[in-house]
Amino acid sequence: MLLVSSVMGALVDLNGKGRYVHWGFIQISVANLVVIALMAIVFIGAIIVPYRRHGDR
Amino acid sequence: MSVDTGSRSDPSAGLPEDARQWTAKLRNSATGKLPPGRLLPDRQPAYVASWIYVFGVLTVSALLLVIATGCVLALKGPAWWHVSSAGLFVNSLHLWSVEAFFFFMVIHLWGKFFMAAWRGRRRLTWVTGVVAFLVSVGAAFTGYLSQQNFDSQWISTQAKDGINATGAGAFFNVLNFGQMLMWHIVLLPMVVALLAVVHVLLVRTRGVVPPFAAPPGRQDGMARTGGSEPSVEGDRA
Repeated sequence: MLLVSSVMGALVDLNGKGRYVHWGFIQISVANLVVIALMAIVFIGAIIVPYRRHGDR
Repeated sequence: MSVDTGSRSDPSAGLPEDARQWTAKLRNSATGKLPPGRLLPDRQPAYVASWIYVFGVLTVSALLLVIATGCVLALKGPAWWHVSSAGLFVNSLHLWSVEAFFFFMVIHLWGKFFMAAWRGRRRLTWVTGVVAFLVSVGAAFTGYLSQQNFDSQWISTQAKDGINATGAGAFFNVLNFGQMLMWHIVLLPMVVALLAVVHVLLVRTRGVVPPFAAPPGRQDGMARTGGSEPSVEGDRA
């Protein structure tokens, strides 16, 4: 558990100042942008990845 | 109410002379709209065999985890969830199940939007889903205010001017911790849970929305996958 938290802490440092993206009047945190991007990726994956049905076994 | 003599072989059927009672009407209406086979079906139409249909049930699963971990936090209190290892773990489970809840709900919402899932007399299903989403945002917001730490103090003082500018501050005071806690653990979860139950029952009553009618050239492909032709009812708004 300690190892996992150490690795995650090294990858994503949440102790510093928040990072933001500015684009005209739009301002969004990098964390929120990452979550939105992940949702879009999962959404596209849910549409294109084939679903295994009973008949496929 | 009549007196039951207990002479009937099937007590759930009711007597013909009792058919005008509200209990009989309610029972007959409920079992007519949602017979057990439709309430908990074994099979779904072929077009439901897609990952995009999984996100509704994932959202409900995450909501159950949110409620369960919230109940544990309510029993143990802020000192436990801020200090002890087990408390921090359950507190994190509560936070991350909320994150998963919104993640799955947004994908479910996108999917249903592009399917125009309000077709075929399913408008109320769509509306209950949208309202549940909006109420969930309020529930999450009051959750941030109920953390009992500097984060919740910061959020409440930042939010107060915005909320007060809308006029809602008269009865929704973000600086009133007791009020925010009650909104978070009583009122809003009750509404979200109620809407979720109604939403799921409406899905079971009306069925899952069929796809848009495929162009004539693609009808053969649907037949190969075992799918039935989309119901005409599905395209009626």
